[in-house]
Amino acid sequence: MTAAVASTTCRCRSGERVGDDPLAAILATCSGERPELVAVLQQAQDALGYLSADTIRRIARRLRLSESDVFGVATFYAEFRFSPPGRHRLRVCLGTACHVKGGVQMMQTIERRLGVGAGETTPDGEYEVERVACLGCCALAPVITLDDQIHGQMNVIELQKLLDERTGD
Amino acid sequence: MSAPATEQVQHGRRASPRRLAGERSERAPRIFAALTAARDPDAPIADDTRTEVRLCAGSACHASGRLAVRAAFEEELAARGLTDTVRVVETGCHGFCERGPIVVLWPRGLFYGHVEPADVPRIVAASIVGDDVYKKRLYKDPQTRQAIARAADIPFYSEQERLVLALNGRIDPYSIDDYLAHDGYRSLAAVLADDDPDALIETLTASGLRGRGGAGFLTGRKWRFARDAPGDVKYVICNADEGDPGAFMDRSVLEANPHVVLEGLIIAAFAIGAHEGYVYVRHEYQFAVERLRWALDRARERRLLGRDILGSGFDFSVQIDQGAGAFVCGEETALIASIEGRRGMPRVRPPYPAVQGLFGKPTNINNVETLANVPRIVAEGSEAYAARGTKTSKGTKIFSLTGRVANGGLVEVPMGATLRQVIFDIGGGMLRGRTFKAVQLGGPSGGCLPEALLDEPIDYESLKAAGSMMGSGGMVVLDDTTCMVDFARFFLTFTAEESCGKCVPCRVGTAHMVDILDAICKGEADMADLEKLERLAHTVKENSLCGLGQTAPNPVLSSLRYFRDEFEEHIRDRRCRAAVCSELVEFHIIPGNCVGCLRCVAVCPTGAISGPRAEPQSLDASKCIKCRSCVEACRYNAISGDAIVAETADTTPGGAGSTVTTGGGDAH
Repeated sequence: MTAAVASTTCRCRSGERVGDDPLAAILATCSGERPELVAVLQQAQDALGYLSADTIRRIARRLRLSESDVFGVATFYAEFRFSPPGRHRLRVCLGTACHVKGGVQMMQTIERRLGVGAGETTPDGEYEVERVACLGCCALAPVITLDDQIHGQMNVIELQKLLDERTGD
Repeated sequence: MSAPATEQVQHGRRASPRRLAGERSERAPRIFAALTAARDPDAPIADDTRTEVRLCAGSACHASGRLAVRAAFEEELAARGLTDTVRVVETGCHGFCERGPIVVLWPRGLFYGHVEPADVPRIVAASIVGDDVYKKRLYKDPQTRQAIARAADIPFYSEQERLVLALNGRIDPYSIDDYLAHDGYRSLAAVLADDDPDALIETLTASGLRGRGGAGFLTGRKWRFARDAPGDVKYVICNADEGDPGAFMDRSVLEANPHVVLEGLIIAAFAIGAHEGYVYVRHEYQFAVERLRWALDRARERRLLGRDILGSGFDFSVQIDQGAGAFVCGEETALIASIEGRRGMPRVRPPYPAVQGLFGKPTNINNVETLANVPRIVAEGSEAYAARGTKTSKGTKIFSLTGRVANGGLVEVPMGATLRQVIFDIGGGMLRGRTFKAVQLGGPSGGCLPEALLDEPIDYESLKAAGSMMGSGGMVVLDDTTCMVDFARFFLTFTAEESCGKCVPCRVGTAHMVDILDAICKGEADMADLEKLERLAHTVKENSLCGLGQTAPNPVLSSLRYFRDEFEEHIRDRRCRAAVCSELVEFHIIPGNCVGCLRCVAVCPTGAISGPRAEPQSLDASKCIKCRSCVEACRYNAISGDAIVAETADTTPGGAGSTVTTGGGDAH
């Protein structure tokens, strides 16, 4: 499913669409009822990378809701973002198990290396850093993910190596 | 609720047993025949007597590289011409996540952990072609260093009682035939054949099954409320919004055995008279969603779901709803709001969802683990099920055992097992032989329990009395490197962020509690703040609207109850004995312990440590960012963040070996 979406989407920072209008396709297949709102927002973000004001407006119109209503729902849930994502997504788990095994040190290492913290994107648009509450791989704590690839049992040295490899190429 | 109407229905059903008996004699064989027909007899199924390679495809093993291991097995077996005789199957989570990637070889039941692709040819040569073992990847007992070959002999497994997890690691989650071959959907068929929802609810109630999601409400009674609620349209919801950081049993069950949850959900629907259901699952759980979706499609194809299930005349359809990341949506009324496409904010109860739930209709919501227990209860009867556990808590409970414990993973034990059994017998004790300090149960709603309570039997009541709670079953083990104040702040920060903001005690109260805890961690608080914190905790607990706020102060209250001295130490002495609170900590090298191995120099990100090889190093405090990398790396107890330990050691050079231990809580 993700593969099909990826083929019509540009992964670059601007999140600009390539080819067809994916939002139109999503809106065409939904029934236009309110219970579908969260699912439509999820599909829109999967396809476009983030929810722009224009996306919110079009979804609101299709579901016959006010823009503020749609925006209110979208901002309630942690999953949704309203600015373009970075090229690489770095997520640091700060769940309980990761907390007691040094997750905070992972976050600090990233902050030191990249100069940005949770919820921020590096000025060159290369990395966006996110903190998550739990990835459900607690036995591998501390855990980080880079572009959805999970790296478990991390330590400061391994993390630095990982970032070195990435920034080296 | 219109009680008379309900009585009529019940009365009517029981009034004509003879007519029903006649129908039933014809109905049961038909339904069981449909069940037999649903299974493809030629499909491969798990068989312990044949040669099988069972690869764990759970999330943790996936993260540890199981795909490469699978490829290596396929390649090696093909090279040896064994592809037809050896079945390679990817199963769900084996539970011993810390050892991933995990491979179990049948018929001998050999357990290999931390398997790398390079090991595969040797494993195949030794254990599939030959009759031997490949020692390097076997489990080794942490105490005796003795290798244990069979999974069933490893204490992590042998000390558990796996009922809900029975088929985890055994069947292929992508094969409905594998599940059917292991008596899958037999309980559903039995329930449909009996056609007596009231008796079914009786059975559930008598079994003593209580909600595994946290609150521990009697499941049978919950079903009864929803069944008795007036209305033609009713809903059932499976709550798979596992939001507790540190808990992953629901995810594992869904990933390993989605059909058992589905079977439980269909039985629940039949019991209350619902024809539509939802599974509300976290968007982050992509594997679980994928396998669940697959399971729903297969079940529909085999007439186990949809119209006229197994020819019984009962209709039921299910759809998946993905949560979008809000912890509060684990609360029933918030979850309902979320499915309705609104902000996931809880509302005042009553009316309870059983009376007025999704779209205003009677709704029954059960957690994944609760539903996964249902088919077993139907199969073995309430008495057999209730034989396990304690007086008030029946059956088993799955815990996700993590933190500073040697063997982390999923642990299923009968209710009434002690914390010591779980942490030390099954979990293998503390990581790297460190000292046990506390165990945190129940996630952000629970509390920390000290060593003195390790021999308490675990059940809903005992945990509550001790100031913690069962919660969803997260069990995080803490050692002397964890600061209890910082840990309490961690949980409060989480709940303050996840507070939906609807009610004042939770929204404002938790934020103030974080502020006070923050001040204590920084050494900026006074003793009056401690009292304020405690008072505020009670205010939030007693006045919040939903479970999130009502339980949010538990981590603070339980820590104050058992570890008050650590809070006072932070305030009075400006000391953090675990050397975690960076404002109160300054790292020193203990010259008497340092051998100059330079491991710390290699890991220090700021170059704060320097000195010649084989001589004590020196640490430049002005460059130190207190990241603790050196502490983690040092093998000689030569770095301490605790001023008391470091000072004692400084004044007695040479005798440092004995002084280091006096601090007890220093990190190394």
